[in-house]
Amino acid sequence: MADTKIEIRNLYKVFGSNPEAAMKHVHAGLSKQELLDQHGHVLGLRDINIKIKPKRIQVIMGLSGSGKSTLIRHINRLIEPTEGEVIVDGEDILAMLADELREFRRHKASMVFQRFGLLPHRTVSQNVAYGLSIQGIGEAEAVERSQRWIERVGLAGFEQHFPAQLSGGMQQRVGLARALATDAEILLMDEAFSALDPLIRTDMQNILLDLQEELHKTIVFITHDLDEALRIGDEISILRDGEVIQQGDPQSIIMRPADDYISDFIKDINRGRVLEVRSIMEKTNRATGPKMGMKTPLEDALQQLVGAGKDSGAVTGEDGKTIGKITMANAIAAMARPDREIEGQRYK
Amino acid sequence: MEFFNEFPEMGRSDLRDFKKAIDFGFRSFSRAYGDALESFFDPLLQFMIWFEKLLINSPWPIILAVIALLSWLGSRSWKLVFGSVACFIVIGYFGMWENTMATLAIISVATLVCIGLGIPLGIWMAKSNRVQATITPVLDVMQTIPSFVYLIPVVMLLGIGKVPGLIAVCIYAAPPIVRLTNLGIRLVDEEVLEASDAFGANYKQRLWGVQIPLALPNIFAGVNQTIMMALAMVVIASMIGVRGLGVPVLQAVSNQYLALGLMNGLAIVAIAIIFDRVSQKYGERLQAYRKGNGNG
Repeated sequence: MADTKIEIRNLYKVFGSNPEAAMKHVHAGLSKQELLDQHGHVLGLRDINIKIKPKRIQVIMGLSGSGKSTLIRHINRLIEPTEGEVIVDGEDILAMLADELREFRRHKASMVFQRFGLLPHRTVSQNVAYGLSIQGIGEAEAVERSQRWIERVGLAGFEQHFPAQLSGGMQQRVGLARALATDAEILLMDEAFSALDPLIRTDMQNILLDLQEELHKTIVFITHDLDEALRIGDEISILRDGEVIQQGDPQSIIMRPADDYISDFIKDINRGRVLEVRSIMEKTNRATGPKMGMKTPLEDALQQLVGAGKDSGAVTGEDGKTIGKITMANAIAAMARPDREIEGQRYK
Repeated sequence: MEFFNEFPEMGRSDLRDFKKAIDFGFRSFSRAYGDALESFFDPLLQFMIWFEKLLINSPWPIILAVIALLSWLGSRSWKLVFGSVACFIVIGYFGMWENTMATLAIISVATLVCIGLGIPLGIWMAKSNRVQATITPVLDVMQTIPSFVYLIPVVMLLGIGKVPGLIAVCIYAAPPIVRLTNLGIRLVDEEVLEASDAFGANYKQRLWGVQIPLALPNIFAGVNQTIMMALAMVVIASMIGVRGLGVPVLQAVSNQYLALGLMNGLAIVAIAIIFDRVSQKYGERLQAYRKGNGNG
């Protein structure tokens, strides 16, 4: 239990006039399209099961319409499920009374929104202090306590500005600081960086990763951008048409895509930069050649091998001991796309 | 064939009985509860009398100073302050000071009553679709029914005087503030509300911390409209015994006094324009935060 912070069990969400009745058809095995055509209900989520580990970044990835934003809103119950359970720290969110739920939202889980969701009539510092003032802390103290988060996200000097006076990237920094200021252990980020320019997005990802190194929050991060998912996710769940089609760490998803849909997704990524040597090494405690950490990207590993003029190298664990061996042949093979994909390419 | 040429109406005597029954019913209701209603409204009447006396009996320079101060607080514009003061000086110079003060008194009280009843009603409407569906047609009736029609029962109940006048003005002037409060709250950005929910705001925190502040520009537009419509009712209110600029206009109509009608009519226009400009400026200032300064 201690290894799971948030557990989502058999979660279903049907949108429409009579979701309960429609659930019968879902259990009978109707597809999303059939349910829509025959019964006029939209199947938002189907049988979602995800265990989210504490202090990690769980990415939920999917294209628009896959149900990812619906899913994240079940964690703090902004949306009520049609069926299923959401357990946080052993506590059933769906059994909570209105008061308990408010306390949960105030102290335990905060949220960052795609279009920021800032209060336009409050200044930056009042916005960041919002969560605290909702908790009942006086405005002055709330503003004072939130000051360090304003500085932490690099907004010092902008305290008295209104959101409309800031750029998108800066507005989302306000959104991030607001979410951090309540000291909630869980951070829900709904496409938090999707509305930003690519450069600013990378910037925000860095800020998030830096913060995470220090704060160790349980972060649920929704995105439609695979690069972003691979970059920040410790774990990734891929959602399509309301169903989870693959879960795992980024390495395993790239090495073993579950189906054509995912292969298609990952075909354009730079495998050399995303894959790490640990995913392709042969396990052994004796190896020769240049030493490299197990999280070295393939690209760098190849460079080191070529530079050293060797055919293989030693992979070291976090303690510096050799844990595996990487060969040139393996590294090059891993750079190629998986078979499934190559077959698909033949027809082009 | 006759059936198609003549509308099949109710029998003449039936119709007469029907009307009589309603009249009789209302008359006996009025006899039974008229006094009670009158004493219910008595505090309001006392307040209106006191306020009107205050405006009329205060030395005119003080009133001018207050007008200047209020328009400065509202608009922060010297142009408007000078304009308002100049208008009132002209009005006073042409001998309409006292009537203008009486009109200001009833307009102010009517506006206060409309705000006091209308904003909570608008909030309630925004909270529930069913309430909205119930109240909207009532507001439609209030705004479109000819004023004279509701003057009849009001006068039957309360006689002639300030209170029935005030009620008549309020019936006509309250709908915009109710509507715009409701609309303003409903127009608040969903994502901002969701954010407020996500941080655990309760109904009160959501209402006072997010919905009302963000609806304020619309609510204020409602106040502005309410004032304008109250002014439009000044002449009709004077028909049932409300003092003010409407009385000379009424005299002018029945005696064909062109100058008298024009002067008092223009005085009403001047007050309307002052109220409108000052309150609009105030409304603009309320939403200053919406303006970016271009570094986005």
